[in-house]
Amino acid sequence: MTTPLLTATALHKRYGETDALAGADLTVTAGEVLAIMGPSGSGKSTLLHCIAGIVTPDSGRIEYDGVDMTAMSDSRRSALRRTEFGFVFQFGQLVPELTCLENVALPLRMNGVARKAAEQRAADWLAKLEVSDVARKRPGQVSGGQGQRVAVARALVAEPRLLFADEPTGALDSLNGEAVMRHLTSAAAELGTAVVLVTHEARVAAYSHREIVVRDGRTRTVVAAAS
Amino acid sequence: MAIGQTFLGLLEAKPRHGYDLKRAYDERFGADRPLHYGQVYATLSRLLKNGLVEVDGVEPGEGPERKRYAITEAGITDVAGWLATPEKPEPYLQNTLYAKVVLALLTGRSAAEVLDTQRAEHLRFMRDLTHRKTHGDLADQLICDFALFHLEADLRWLELTAARLDQLRAEVTP
Repeated sequence: MTTPLLTATALHKRYGETDALAGADLTVTAGEVLAIMGPSGSGKSTLLHCIAGIVTPDSGRIEYDGVDMTAMSDSRRSALRRTEFGFVFQFGQLVPELTCLENVALPLRMNGVARKAAEQRAADWLAKLEVSDVARKRPGQVSGGQGQRVAVARALVAEPRLLFADEPTGALDSLNGEAVMRHLTSAAAELGTAVVLVTHEARVAAYSHREIVVRDGRTRTVVAAAS
Repeated sequence: MAIGQTFLGLLEAKPRHGYDLKRAYDERFGADRPLHYGQVYATLSRLLKNGLVEVDGVEPGEGPERKRYAITEAGITDVAGWLATPEKPEPYLQNTLYAKVVLALLTGRSAAEVLDTQRAEHLRFMRDLTHRKTHGDLADQLICDFALFHLEADLRWLELTAARLDQLRAEVTP
């Protein structure tokens, strides 16, 4: 059994009168692809935001690599997000003023890598994701599918140990969604990066190794019959 | 799978021996369920009897004689008719899963568990197909996608039914 990379226990989060999380548990093992599924409003995105250190739960414990994330200072948590985690959202959230190449190079620049070296690595990643041709374009000038591949390149360029993907294909047609998932999972596997994937689409979840289902803020793990 | 019509389609492309026909069928359509020789020759003899194929030539060999089959005009008309007729959309109105859910509710068992177990099994199968698709050629991708979209539709039903269990319980239990 591999050691868990991240463990969340008994997470609670309330927004106003609504319990977004009501005792959610989850474990992520190094290098695995874990799908978090569930209907809209079930709490799956809140769960992802909590374990990614974007939102602080009201109670519960999140351990990353043996350290309690909920007890970290904001700056320590930001540093963790910058150096250990990668993010892909439904809408790429690329910086519109920068070219695609500069967008991909951004995480490296923020970690102190020199411009030339950062852009070289960014160019390699764009090539790996088969979108070299958009390097000099701005996000507004590329298609949704190309933009999402750029976003995947940006999320993985700093070689994070954990990638969080929130509905990464939600805004794409089937063909582009497939291409993004294929690239995302194969690149992550190459790096040994674990992926936590929030999706309501079963075809997207089928790229994972296992799934957990969130219902009414609680997680359920269901094990399939042996194949 | 309509083996007879599929054979006719393969034979319309070119005449073949029974063995070649089986191989072409298995390669393209039978990845999960290759045909038995018995099925091949039973199908060919039915097509022959109905005048849809004919023996185009016989080659002597070490074993039994090898017959080469060709499609007839009637066979071509049959293929055209088959291709032009849509498959009946199956509504699965009274499917087994629905029965299981209702019976679970009626017997005080967890219907949510029935649905979750099924959902996990569906996803397991979808993972296998996705793996096969990722490592296969375009034909594999298309065949797997067909199955994947259907399984996804089932999963949406499972999800919706899970969300309606309280309502269903109120209706089926006194």
